[in-house]
Amino acid sequence: MVYGLTFVVAVTVDWMIPRFMPGDPVAGMVARANVSQPAAVEAMRQYYTGLFGFDQPLWRQYLNFWTALLHGDFGISIWVFPTPVSDVIMGAVPYTLGLMIPSVLLSWVVGNRLGAYAARRRLLDNTVLPVGYVLTAMPYMWLAVLLAWGLGVIAGVFPIAGGYSFSMQPNWSAEFLLDLLHHWALPFASLFLVALGGWAIGMRNMIIYELESDYSTYLAALGAPQRLIRRYAFRNAVLPQITGLALQLGVLVAGALVTEIVFSYPGLGSLILKAIQNQDFFLLQGTFMFIVLGVLAANFIIDIVYVVVDPRTRAGMAGAQA
Amino acid sequence: MSLRVSDLKVHYRTLRGDVRALDGVSFELGDAEILGLAGESGCGKTTLGKSLIRMDGRMRHVGGTVELDGTELPIGDDRRMNDFRFHEVSLVPQYSMSALNPTRKIGKMVGELLRSRGVTPDTAKLLGRLDAVGLPHEVLDRYPIELSGGMKQRMVMVISTLLDPSLLIADEVTSALDVSTQKAVARALAGFRDNGFVKSMIFITHDISLTYQIADTIMVMYAGRLAEKAPARTIVEAPRHPYTRMLIDSLPEVGVRHADRRLSGIAGSPPSLLDPPAGCRFRDRCPLAFDRCAEEPPAAEIAPDHFVACWKA
Ligand SMILES: Nc1ncnc2c1ncn2[C@@H]1O[C@H](COP(=O)(O)OP(=O)(O)O)[C@@H](O)[C@H]1O
Ligand code: SF4
Ligand SMILES: [Mg+2]
Repeated sequence: MVYGLTFVVAVTVDWMIPRFMPGDPVAGMVARANVSQPAAVEAMRQYYTGLFGFDQPLWRQYLNFWTALLHGDFGISIWVFPTPVSDVIMGAVPYTLGLMIPSVLLSWVVGNRLGAYAARRRLLDNTVLPVGYVLTAMPYMWLAVLLAWGLGVIAGVFPIAGGYSFSMQPNWSAEFLLDLLHHWALPFASLFLVALGGWAIGMRNMIIYELESDYSTYLAALGAPQRLIRRYAFRNAVLPQITGLALQLGVLVAGALVTEIVFSYPGLGSLILKAIQNQDFFLLQGTFMFIVLGVLAANFIIDIVYVVVDPRTRAGMAGAQA
Repeated sequence: MSLRVSDLKVHYRTLRGDVRALDGVSFELGDAEILGLAGESGCGKTTLGKSLIRMDGRMRHVGGTVELDGTELPIGDDRRMNDFRFHEVSLVPQYSMSALNPTRKIGKMVGELLRSRGVTPDTAKLLGRLDAVGLPHEVLDRYPIELSGGMKQRMVMVISTLLDPSLLIADEVTSALDVSTQKAVARALAGFRDNGFVKSMIFITHDISLTYQIADTIMVMYAGRLAEKAPARTIVEAPRHPYTRMLIDSLPEVGVRHADRRLSGIAGSPPSLLDPPAGCRFRDRCPLAFDRCAEEPPAAEIAPDHFVACWKA
């Protein structure tokens, strides 16, 4: 329900942007497109006018937009005319997902483990906590630039631009995959590290809270071994961390987009930059739409996971059905 | 003799110095005896209860000994004390409403707890105990959130006594409940003793009239020390310590509980335990105080089983 509403609002905003901008978007775009053949110019003008449907009433335009959207039609890109926007996006999506999914999941898992250990050992706590704070306080951009500069430019160990070497063509050879991995390492590391600190600190605080809670005290009074108490505490502390993941998703996506730009990594972030530089409206609109959809879908998945993992919500739902 | 506490001193470490929450307390508890521990809030009841099972990180065992069934309890040694917890000494805590792990089914949690203590779960015994307190067997398949307050309270009572401990400490178990439930819980605890689920019990409450309903003996504490200890009837009908007398007088009628009149009728407040004054600690509030009270009164046995720490007793 909430998801549907968010989606409608996002689509509407997306639809409004080009329409309520000052000036004539069609003329502007065609002029900016730098297409020399008059035939192509005319084709573009007709295409855009038809697409925007300025001759139709607003509600009709709005409806058309929805229809196109539901057909997966985001229009034609200006930057790489005449490739459909959806094709351009699909070319970038694997890079963004390949960067985000491992970095988000791994930083979440490792951060939780690290935080749980920190809550247990003072020595570790004294290192994890300050390092964690430094990492979370660091803007994504910052760490990315630092890594690119240190390991890429100075040490020269890692490439600092692109998804793979310019000399190569994408294929399934081991050599290419290794090259892909090589380019992936730094953007992944910077995303992973920044998120790691936050999860570790959150987990540490949650565990300490759980270890001081009444059920832990009761178990300790009955002589239960620390192992059991910590197992319960960890399990219960992970639940709010799952919610935290849902809440952080927007920030994580923004971080990934910025990081891609720093490393010229050919994902959605770089696409947005290209779209802005080339004033490619449809591409921008499409990318934005796609990201909103992705975040909504991810949130939905996390919600489902939470219901499955937290026995209380499960029991509550069973009770409601009974 | 089940429990023998001698000159027990337990302090809290704080930045401003030691809080002498237990400052030389001695008493004995017989087999099958229920000792009601009473006194104003802050007099050290919880501290005494925790000292007998598990001290928290800020508590320090400064002196004195605790002997249970002839064995000295290593109360200051958290690790060695573990052998006695649950098996010999157990606890029904003040916070029973939140004492169960919210994300585990109760039956599963009990099984895990028992196995972690090296005990093979005895289902028949567990079900029998549930019957004894009137809980349906289904509770084992429920999460704590699905139980009412009274059910959680009884569930914790069942869990705590599952290994038939020698000593059960019940700390303010009734304060979160309404009046009728309070009496039922108190009676259920007495039933545990009668059925031999526990040998003896320390029933802690600030509500002296509730204590009177189930305790054989009542011990009144004041500012980290014993004030008076005697059979329940003697405490209520013939108290000798001025503090006990004022406590009893402030009750409208023993056996009838008046929510806003319990232990409220005494002017003044107890001394700080951070740096308590020498001599009798009740001196500031005592109508009978005289010169000698500048010396500390010992807990003297003025009649069989009747101990009073007062020069005027
Ligand atoms: N963690 C603590 N740190 C310092 N002082 C404490 C702490 N817990 C209790 N005290 C003090 O110890 C005294 C006894 O407390 P407590 O045993 O909880 O009393 P009661 O249970 O009788 O209300 C009080 O004066 C209280 O202020
Ligand atoms: S010793 Fe003195 S001050 Fe203390 S209670 Fe007795 S008479 Fe009062
Ligand atoms: Mg207390």
